[in-house]
Parts: sequence; C-alpha cells; structure tokens
Amino acid sequence: MLAKRIIPCLDIKDGQTVKGVNFVNIRNVGDPVELGAEYSRQGADELVFLDITASHEGRKTFVDLVRRIAQNISIPFTVGGGIHELKDVDTLLSAGADKVSINSAAIKNPDLISEVAKNFGSQVCTVAIDAKLEDGEWTCFLNGGRIPTDKKLFSWAKEAQERGAGEILFTSMNHDGVKQGFANDALARLSESLSIPVIASGGAGTMEHFRDVFAEGKADAALAASIFHFHEIAIPDLKQYLKQQGVPVRLTC
Amino acid sequence: MKVVIVKYNAGNIFSVDYAMRRLGVEAEITGDLERIQSADKVIFPGVGEAETTMKYLKEHRLDEVIKGLKQPTLGICIGMQLMCKYSEEAVSGRVDCLGIFDEAVRLFIPNEQVNKVPHMGWNTIETVNHPLFKGLPEDPYFYYVHSYYATMGENTIATTDYIHPYSAVLHKDNFYATQFHPEKSGELGEIILKNFLDIC
Repeated sequence: MLAKRIIPCLDIKDGQTVKGVNFVNIRNVGDPVELGAEYSRQGADELVFLDITASHEGRKTFVDLVRRIAQNISIPFTVGGGIHELKDVDTLLSAGADKVSINSAAIKNPDLISEVAKNFGSQVCTVAIDAKLEDGEWTCFLNGGRIPTDKKLFSWAKEAQERGAGEILFTSMNHDGVKQGFANDALARLSESLSIPVIASGGAGTMEHFRDVFAEGKADAALAASIFHFHEIAIPDLKQYLKQQGVPVRLTC
Repeated sequence: MKVVIVKYNAGNIFSVDYAMRRLGVEAEITGDLERIQSADKVIFPGVGEAETTMKYLKEHRLDEVIKGLKQPTLGICIGMQLMCKYSEEAVSGRVDCLGIFDEAVRLFIPNEQVNKVPHMGWNTIETVNHPLFKGLPEDPYFYYVHSYYATMGENTIATTDYIHPYSAVLHKDNFYATQFHPEKSGELGEIILKNFLDIC
C-alpha cells in the first residue's frame, strides 16, 4: 500500500539551518546535512530544503549544500527558494536534488512549469502555492505571502497540473503557524480535483492534526517544520500513532 | 570489483553513484562500450522517457552491448522499463525496447479508488525467496516515481500493488531490475544494492 508521507521542511540561510533547532544527538544542528540525516534516521519520508538566502554568494553555498545532501542522504529531497528560470532548475538537479519546488516564479511565468516538465520530467516539478481564504475565496500570494495575485487556488492548481507539475504543495496562510490543524476542507477539494499528489502544509500542531489531514484532507503527504525542529512531535511517535489510527505509513525503527 | 554505471541520456544517474560510494564502492560512470563490457557489475539506472532514451541507446550501440552482457546487471526505473519487450511510452503508443525481459511496459490508468498518477512515494513489495531480498524485513517499503509499469510475467520476483499488481522486480539469468529507486530508499534500498553487489 502506498504510504502517506511525512516531510520535515528546513529553512536554509547561507548554507545553515535557520530556525533555532535543538537536537541532543547530533553535533551540529546548524548543518542541514546532519539535521537531514537525523530526520532520515527517524523515518522522515522526504525532506524539503528552502533557501531563503538573498545574496549571490549564498546561492552558490546552497548549490554546494545540495551536492552534500545528495551525497550523504539516501531518501528523496526537494529544494526550493530562489528559482527563477530553467537554468536554476538545471543547476539544482545537476547538484543532485530529486525535485524542485517553484512558487512565485511559476505564478509570474507559468511557462516555467511547462519548460521544467518538458526538459526534466513532471516528477521533478513541485509547484508550491501559498493561498489565503478571504471572503470565501482562496487567493494565491507571491513572495512568501506578501503580495496578493489574481490567481485562485483551485484553478491555478489545475493549470499547474495541466502544464506538467508533478505535485502540488499547498500552504494555507490562514493555518500556517497557528498550530490548530491543516486546511482540511480546501485540501480535500484540491486532492479530489487533481490527479497529481497534494502535499499539505501549514497548521500542524498535534499528532491528531496529521491523522485528520490524511483522513479528512485526503492529502498524500504532510509537511511541517517547527513541531519537528522543537521536538514537539517526534517522527517515530507520529508514525506509530498514525499506524494505530489506520493511516498507511512507512515504519523504519 | 569493477562496477560501471551506464551513462546515457537519462537523468539522475549520479544518485546511484552516491549510493555506491556510501557502500564503499567507487563506480565508474561511462558510456564507453568496452568499459561496460569489461565491468564485473553493471548498473543501468535513470529517470527519463522510453522513446528518446531507446533511440539514444540504438544510436550509440548501447542496445546490443547491454543485451549481450553476461555479468550481473541491474536496471533501475527507466533502466528496468528499457530492458522489457516494449513500452507504451511513445508518440505512436509503442516503442520496442531491449527485450531482455518478456514483460511489457504500460501506462497506469487511474480508477475510482486510486486517482493519482504518477505513482509517487513509498510502497511495499511482496517478494519470492531470492538472494536479492536477503535481510529485508516484512513489508519493506521502497521509493517510487513512475507513470508506466512493467506487467506481471514469468520473470517477476517481486510485486507492488498500485491500482493493480505489477512487477516491482524482474530477474532473468544475469539480469536484475527494480522499478523502485534503491538509491533513494534509505537503508532497505542499500540492502538491495549490497545484495546485488554480492551476487557472483
């Protein structure tokens, strides 16, 4: 049976993990490779590394980092942040990334999705969507949720799929950081209207939230950051719990 | 032991090289026919599309060389599919492949229960008793990304059920092939790769 995936997300700045991560059993928590390897040992199904560096030097550091991740970690990983054109995608895939996540650049230039799919295959192309529910409508935002667009969640996700996206990573801005559960109604509608997998992001606070996002939100995967980084939920415990709740998961420990 | 990873116009072959290094093996990545023929073990990996990769293999005479190999050879993902009889992944709906295995490669058709294609993520395999699976736990999970699958046949030694059962692993003579990516499947993937390297 296909397992529901649990995906920790790491924010990277100048080649180091950003959030105040605190792990007792690894030497350098600032090193994304060590942290990623620890999550892999704990049973994470995939990893996402988001580069939030703005500088040119920082970008080069990130590409070097992607190469080190590919050399050292034996589960799939997606990289995102700062991808503007096909050349950026080529650089990251050549460094060893399995998938790239495209967000603002896809909204500004939807052809980029088609180009990535045509050149590298749909399987590498994750389209990330940040959307906010306002007056009964889900509006897509640019630049980490700062700039509203005229794109709506469901039609944009459908268009991304038609252009060749391999997955949709949907972050609900209403739910992100609030820890009150995922946007299950919107997720279920999204998942049922698409023929590609949907990754849910934003709102994870408890283990029950993960059960609900799979059972009610019909998500194929769930992504979270701080609850894993701050040990609020340990991945082995989460997987055991989900298994008991009848959610198909991959147990490693 | 000389391990060669076949270089051709498919993506993601470096992941296999990295996995080999983690197992302490320095593999050579090459498209050179003689280097491939003289290897002790050959790995034929990749992510790609059947028709264009098949065309490339023919143009570079890699098709004959791979078919003629006598040493243990492992196909992964598109490598596996190219080792089958034919694939539906072609503009005309059919491209002849290497024909090492009699099984065919078909497109997944979604149904009411399972509506997501590609098959992406971790899935279990059911295996027969075979040295390639030595040391695997019960219900082992492996990582998959594919829209086409190899049908069940006499060379099937492991199956996965997604939409319907299909060949997860094929074996015939010196040829082995996995639809999943052992190089991306954590510790269990490393067991498969190590078992392959241990096969005489």
